[in-house]
Amino acid sequence: MGRFKKSGGKETPGINTGSMSDIVFMFLFFFMVITKIRQGELFVRISAPAATEVQKLERKNLVSYIYIGVPIKSKLYGTEPRIQLNDQFATSENIAEFIANERAVRNEADRQFLTTSMKVDKKVKMGIVTDVKQELRKVGAYKINYSTKRGKVTD
Amino acid sequence: MPRKAPELNTGSMADISFLLLCFFLMVSNMDTDLGLARKLPPMPEKDAKVPEVKERNVFVVLVNAYDMLLVEGKPGNINTLRKDAKNFFLNPTNSPDLSEKKLEDIPFIGPYEKSKGVISLQNDRGTSYEMYVKVQNELAAAINEMRDELSMQKFGKKFADLNEEYSKAVAKAIPVAISEAEPKDIGGKK
Repeated sequence: MGRFKKSGGKETPGINTGSMSDIVFMFLFFFMVITKIRQGELFVRISAPAATEVQKLERKNLVSYIYIGVPIKSKLYGTEPRIQLNDQFATSENIAEFIANERAVRNEADRQFLTTSMKVDKKVKMGIVTDVKQELRKVGAYKINYSTKRGKVTD
Repeated sequence: MPRKAPELNTGSMADISFLLLCFFLMVSNMDTDLGLARKLPPMPEKDAKVPEVKERNVFVVLVNAYDMLLVEGKPGNINTLRKDAKNFFLNPTNSPDLSEKKLEDIPFIGPYEKSKGVISLQNDRGTSYEMYVKVQNELAAAINEMRDELSMQKFGKKFADLNEEYSKAVAKAIPVAISEAEPKDIGGKK
């Protein structure tokens, strides 16, 4: 009774991979939306301290960053904490110039909302941070944000 | 009958988009910027008058170069700082050593015993940044907790969930009264 016999060999049907690209594209767009492209290279090692009362930094295009920490290439630049502005090491005297530049590239209406985010390593002593804060006060950049992680503080 | 156009081979599309995906994974970072927002005070004018504040209205927090705390003249502990600061502002027993309160009429809240207290925070140049952030965090936590309590009591919601008018009212009743003392060596250079 060869009636029900199928013709040809038993091949498993191939999986349709046509929609795979759609799924991957969805992933891609998801990541593109929630991330931002890394800006510049960090020359200093920064491990942010933890805090519980953290707020999210709004309007990222109106934020200028000041990094303070021990240089990653400590053989070349020593182990003393340094300030990094944009893509180079700086001293606290450069802050005024830096803020002026940051202001100049924003339009006038937005300048008052300019925030300075201080990304400082937790081992750094306050002396250098205080110097930076004094410079910021002199040039009138009063809005600052101490960058921290979310985490428990007390034990 | 028109000839069918040959179908495009889409098998490699997934590979291409995977490549793109990997590229974006590499060059981007996920960290959302979190932090403690603060406002620096303007530089003091040359012969500005020092505002007179009664001693009992100032909650002095000193941090030395060894990351040790001195709270109101006594060695303090970071774990109890939040409670101490709250106690100072609320002054539930009306102690003459803690902050004064003044009855004030605040919109949406009504008469409220607003504290006249100010936290004065001073740190040494040798204090570690971690300790400084800890202290700032605990002081901010004290204020946030007081705000939450008042919001719960008056509006039945947490401070963060209040609408703008209400949150302004609560912020008026409990302002962020943290003052950072002038670093000592700045005045000496002039």
